[in-house]
Order: sequence, then structure tokens, then C-alpha cells
Amino acid sequence: MYSEKVMEHFSNPKNVGEIEDADGIGEVGNPTCGDMMTIYIKVDDGKLTDVKFKTFGCAAAIATSSMITEMALGKTIEEALEISRDDVAESLDGLPPVKLHCSNLAADGLHAAIEDYLNKSKSN
Amino acid sequence: MAKIYMDNSATTKPDPEVVSAMLPYLNEYFGNASSLHSFGQEAAEALNRSRQQVADLLGAQPDEIIFTSGGTESDNLALKGTAYLKKNAGKHIITSVVEHPAILDTCRNLQKNGFKVTYIPVDDQGLIDPHDVEDAIIDDTILISIMHANNEIGTIQPIEDISRLAHEKGVLVHTDAVQSIGKIPVNVDDLGVDMLSLSAHKIHGPKGVGALFVRKGTRLETLVHGGGHERGKRSGTENIPGIVGLAKAAELAGQRLEKDASHLANLRDAAITKILGSIPESYLNGHPTQRLPNNVHFRFSYVEGESLLIMLNMKGVAVSTGSACSSKSLEPSHVLSALGIPSEQIHGSLRITLGRANTMDEVDYVVENLVETVTKLRAMSPITPKN
Repeated sequence: MYSEKVMEHFSNPKNVGEIEDADGIGEVGNPTCGDMMTIYIKVDDGKLTDVKFKTFGCAAAIATSSMITEMALGKTIEEALEISRDDVAESLDGLPPVKLHCSNLAADGLHAAIEDYLNKSKSN
Repeated sequence: MAKIYMDNSATTKPDPEVVSAMLPYLNEYFGNASSLHSFGQEAAEALNRSRQQVADLLGAQPDEIIFTSGGTESDNLALKGTAYLKKNAGKHIITSVVEHPAILDTCRNLQKNGFKVTYIPVDDQGLIDPHDVEDAIIDDTILISIMHANNEIGTIQPIEDISRLAHEKGVLVHTDAVQSIGKIPVNVDDLGVDMLSLSAHKIHGPKGVGALFVRKGTRLETLVHGGGHERGKRSGTENIPGIVGLAKAAELAGQRLEKDASHLANLRDAAITKILGSIPESYLNGHPTQRLPNNVHFRFSYVEGESLLIMLNMKGVAVSTGSACSSKSLEPSHVLSALGIPSEQIHGSLRITLGRANTMDEVDYVVENLVETVTKLRAMSPITPKN
């Protein structure tokens, strides 16, 4: 039911882990629903220089997390904010329809991490 | 790569003897059992012989066996057939919260048609208290349907006690024995039931065929009308190859019961001990002893079952999960919910159901890969506690 791309990212996920001194952290989903994701970002000169994730969830949730870290890395904040849920699904050659809503949280996670960074920079 | 099938509660591999028994009825003996010529008579003889074999497995009489298309149809016939026939005598049915959808969905349909249904709860190991069933009986109660053993967690219900209490109040009892046959003794007199459903493909037989035992004197409204096959209870030209396959599977299940049960229980107990011993925060779901000999059902904190299942599949291991993420409805398992397990832990559940052909080496391989997979997923999970 999953594309080869999804299986690739699920079996060998990229950028798993935490960033100790992250500039922004985004947490989306919750364990009761079966999917929860934390995205960590490091920002330098308006660019994402490091992106990592930790995910509890199904294969689609893990694959989308891995995919978005690759898509976001090196992008400017403005560019990263434009990555949509659909972009992530497309980059993975699609997701099963039933998974499009519940497990496709990675874009939200990335945006939440960027918002966290922007809020922090405002208050500094 | 290894290819290990441990999802035997979903379906089983047809036994080679079953396949050999069926083949002639797909080839030369293709007759319609209703025909009077020799082709028909060969089919009719096979039908009679098969009915006897299935009856023998259950300790029943041949004329108490109705062949159906499987467990789901048997359950539908038992429930709707009784409800429609007895609707003037009463409109109340008792069942449990952990039944298979073939029962639960049929009950919901009956509710839409004016029947009332009481769903008996279970304790945290999945057991029904027979006195809860007794207490639920009212003057209007026409039928009690409680499964013999649960398809997810393998908990075995005290059907004997339920039958006794029900019959003291004159209420009929049906049991869905789809999962228990071939794993524990199933005798309709010992269980005391009036009706019992079984399915061929769960006992190394073919898909698309099953049976309903209906005790002599128990009447049912027909659901499938037509040429009056199966003594008018279920019309349609008999699926002779399937029925012959079911009968052969039933015969083998009877012959091998003792050996299979002890082999399966050995593997089950080893798997449970090894998993508990090697994976921290792993919990056995279901009952520790009142449990099918082939059922190993766990939940693992901080990981999600669909991921677990797919990763194990990549290692050649076929198992199943109660996680919502793996179901079409995205609803977590109603059985695990009924045990009072919180949703996030239901997501981390895994069902291993052993079969006749599994070996201890396979159990070791599966446990080893399970440990590795759980560790990998926990390292990736944001809810795993640090250290």
C-alpha cells in the first residue's frame, strides 16, 4: 500500500534525533491519536542549517518526517514555510488516501518549529 | 530472507491433505448434488460424508450441520435467523463487547430493525462473568451469543457456565467458535450450546466455506431463499470442493488436536517468556491462562503497531496489530479498548498467532527481530523517556 519512496524513508529515515541547542522546536499530534512528531531546527542567517525529528507513529508518519527534514535543510525560512503537506506527500510519490490526513503532519511540525524560532527571536 | 507466517488467526495455510481431498471435486466430480444421475450422486455422497466428518468433530449429528460460506454467514444466520423467527416471543439479545464484527455489526443491524441488544462488558483480561450474562436476561430475551475464544487476545470464555445459566431461564445460546476449533476441545454437548459457528480457513481449510451447528429442535428463519438446499435453511448449490475441504480440515483438526495444542502452547509460552524478559515495558494482553494455545498478544510502550508490523514484515515476519493506523476505519481495536487499555498503548499492540507449522527456531528469530525493531522505533520516538 505504500510507495517505494515511503518504504525507503521508513526503513532508513534521515535526520533522526534531537538538536541539543535547537533554535526552534515544533511539536504536533498526540500519542492518543497514534501520531506524534517533534521537529528541531537550527537557523543561521535566515537559513535552516540543521533539521532533525523524532516521531511516534505509523510508517507514513515516520517517512513524512524523514522527507521533510531533507526538503527543508538548506532552505530559507520563507521557503521552508511554503512547503505544504501536499508537497511532502508528492515527494514521497503519494500516500494512501486514509493516511493523507492523520499521518501527514510533518509540514505542520516544521512550520511549528519555525514559528517557535520566530517567537523566540522576537522576544530576544 | 526468512518468510515466517505468524498470523494464523487471520487465516491459515491450507493443509496439503485438504488440497488433495478437494482437487477431485474441482476436476472429475463436478456434479450438482441435487442431480439424480451418477455425477450428482457422487457429489451428494461427498456432501453426506463431509457433513458426518464435521459433525464428528463437534460431537454433533450430521443433520445438525448447515454448510455456509464461512464464519460471518454462520453468525448472521444464527442471530438474524433466531431473531426473525422469535420476534413475536421477544426482541432482546445478549452479546459481549469483544465479539467479532460478524456478531457486533449484525447486532447493530438488528437494533435498527427494532431489536434490543445488551453488550456484556469484560474484565481487564477479556473475561466475561457468566453472572453478568444471567443478570442481563429479561422476559424478552430470545438469544445469547458469546464467542468461545477471542480472535484478538485469545481469551477463552466460560461458555459451559453461560449455557447452563441461560438454559435455566429458557434462553438459547449461540457461540462463535471460529478461533477455538482445532486449538482447544470443542464439543457442543460439553459447551451446552444450541448453535455454534465455525470456519474452514482458520483450521487449515479453504476460504469461503464454514458451517453452523443448529441443535435438533432449534428453529431458524431462513435468510437465503431458493431451491431449499441444506434442509431449507440455506439455499444455493452446495460448494462441494469447499465443503470437502472443510470436512478434511475438521477431520485433521480432530486427529491432531492434542499434538497441535501442546506444540502451540510450548511455542506460545516460550514467546511470552522471551518477550517479557527481553523488552522492557512490554505487557501481555488478555488472560495469562484462559487463553488460546496459539495466541501471543503484547503491547509495547512508546511505539506504534503499524510501524512495528511493517518493519517485521521487512524481516520476513507476518504478524498483526490492533493499532488504529492499520485499520481501514482508523479506529483502535474495540477489544483492547474494552480491556481499559489507554489509546496510546493500543497503538503499540502486536498480535502473534502461531500455527501448526511454526517452530521454536522461528519463535527465536521473531523475538530477536522484535527486540531489534522495538528498540529502533523507541529510539526514534519522542515519547520514549530519556534513559
